[in-house]
Amino acid sequence: MIQSTSALISSEDQTHIQVDNLTLRYGDRLIQENLNFEIKRKDIFVIMGGSGCGKSTLLKHMFGLLEPAEGDVRFNGVSLWQQELETRQKMMQRFGISYQAGAIISSLTLAENIAMPLELYTKLSKAEISELVSLKLMMVGLAGFEDYYSSEISGGMLKRAALARAIALEPEVLFFDEPSAGLDPLSARNLDELILTLSDSLNTTIVIVTHELASIFAIGSNSVFLDAQSKTMLTTGDPNYLLKTSKDARVQRFLRRGDYQQPKETI
Amino acid sequence: MGTETKQLQWQENSEQTVLNVAGTWNFEQGLLDFAQFKQELESKPKLTHIVCNAKSLGPWDSSLVSFLIQLESCVDEVSYQNFPSGVLQLKQLAQAVPNSQTNETLAPRPSLTERLGLSVIESLKQCMHFLSFWGECVLSFVRFFQGKANYRRKDFLYFLYDAGPASLPIVTLISLLIGMIMAFVGAVQLERFNAGIFVASMVGFAMAREMAAMMTAIIMAGRTGAGYAAQLGSMQVNEEIDALKTMGISAFDYLVLPRMLALMITLPLLTIYANLIGIFGGALVSTWVIDVSWQQFWDTMLDTVGLENFIIGFAKSCVFGVVVALTGCYCGMISGRSATAVGKATTSAVVLGIVLIISMDSIINFVSTMLGI
Ligand SMILES: Nc1ncnc2c1ncn2[C@@H]1O[C@H](COP(=O)(O)OP(=O)(O)O)[C@@H](O)[C@H]1O
Ligand SMILES: [Mg+2]
Repeated sequence: MIQSTSALISSEDQTHIQVDNLTLRYGDRLIQENLNFEIKRKDIFVIMGGSGCGKSTLLKHMFGLLEPAEGDVRFNGVSLWQQELETRQKMMQRFGISYQAGAIISSLTLAENIAMPLELYTKLSKAEISELVSLKLMMVGLAGFEDYYSSEISGGMLKRAALARAIALEPEVLFFDEPSAGLDPLSARNLDELILTLSDSLNTTIVIVTHELASIFAIGSNSVFLDAQSKTMLTTGDPNYLLKTSKDARVQRFLRRGDYQQPKETI
Repeated sequence: MGTETKQLQWQENSEQTVLNVAGTWNFEQGLLDFAQFKQELESKPKLTHIVCNAKSLGPWDSSLVSFLIQLESCVDEVSYQNFPSGVLQLKQLAQAVPNSQTNETLAPRPSLTERLGLSVIESLKQCMHFLSFWGECVLSFVRFFQGKANYRRKDFLYFLYDAGPASLPIVTLISLLIGMIMAFVGAVQLERFNAGIFVASMVGFAMAREMAAMMTAIIMAGRTGAGYAAQLGSMQVNEEIDALKTMGISAFDYLVLPRMLALMITLPLLTIYANLIGIFGGALVSTWVIDVSWQQFWDTMLDTVGLENFIIGFAKSCVFGVVVALTGCYCGMISGRSATAVGKATTSAVVLGIVLIISMDSIINFVSTMLGI
């Protein structure tokens, strides 16, 4: 994204993304309802919850892959779902997305994967594209792997390549679905740090689905907690603050890895 | 707000050379032509130290980072003033030495002779692979006849249905048309010699000895063999085959055996069926185009086409059954672990299947001619 050194637009506390009364369904099956939360510019927003509670589903509704049954998602106050398809696709070009399994296209080399959005949405020449692609690969620590296929690199490298593709168009918002799932703790931490540095210097807002407690507390500046049983969100806020103040046993148990006894209620 | 495009201005004083980086750096409006900049740089007296100043820098993105990295590569020392911390952070990130995790060395591209040698070794390896696959299959069959093979009867019945009754429509259609086409071609020619009735011998002979077995095998290679390759290939992608192996279940007994058995049983049966349908198609055309009755056609065919032709056709179909099942399963089992690899496995199952069917057919024909059958 283009960013300015002038203080005029970099008002830090601006709301960037607003989720309004969102209801998620697959056909008749209700996944989540009554979701309401706000994400500020430059937030690293964590979507938490147990497996199968609908985190990936919520993410897909936020970046425009699935249409909500009810409610809306607003970016800078502009509704995503009340747009014509074409306008919506323009908005979606400003998103960078890294899917749960990497989703690096296996018949293309890493360089071709990253060049794809640039070829589709910009008028840059071949040389310019390859210069940008190399830079993006350098940024994620994959310099020299331009001509490799996804089947020839390790899981951690695949996630990095997916990250490089996500930032190819310098997006305003980056969406991550379990970026560190399946990585060893060290690689997971390296990836977290990479995400943190990139978002800090690119001025991006980040929405991330993760189970990793370490990541949640280390990088999350805001969060929402989804629950599978009540099919709605339990709470939203800074995860560190939630850990200290939340009275909800389900949230506490999740944040403390199950190590939580409900305080005895006085009768 | 800085809407002017990117600008570079030199500012030289006695102590230092300053490069003012200004304006909007937006990659969508094109990158800076670095070759041109470098010429400009080289036309100046040799610079060892440049100070970059960004006091009038507007909005920026990675096109600026890319420029700075290239600049550093051709000047000894570059220092930065007034740069937003993001620019420097990104530059550092890109220049960081990759950590050990990604520090794999690139293999150099081999030379032509080396590649030739490697490809010969590769082909030899594949032959060995195919042979050992054969061996595994034979062992698996031995276990089957000893009653020790670990496979699911339900799977076997499903494959039997899929390769048998479920293939009848297409086999019917193709063999009927083949029989009719041969009768058309033959009847017109033979009629000119007043020998129209011998179209029955021609259709019967060709169907029994060649066409029924070959066409059925080719249909099954495209239909069932390709299917086997795709199924086993995607199991390879999902690591299902590894899972079976670690559970101590032989992938050959569990996956390959039921598929092979099914095809080896159904293909000969389908061939007999294709024979009947093809001859019926021939008779249909003969009674319609030339003056031959159903009875005449049937009698002539039985008189002139000996039983040995049907037996040879049947024997061929037994061989083809093995060939189709083997190529389908082999290509699936050696498939790589990506979507493209499964596609390749499927294609090569069909291609290899057809090539082997036709070569085996020629060999059998050659041998039977030598033996005078
Ligand atoms: N395409 C789909 N069609 C129907 N149901 C789905 C689909 N994808 C996911 N689900 C169901 O929706 C629920 C939430 O899934 P998901 O969002 O993937 O959970 P998670 O929080 O683990 O990411 C699960 O119960 C899943 O079975
Ligand atoms: Mg998920």
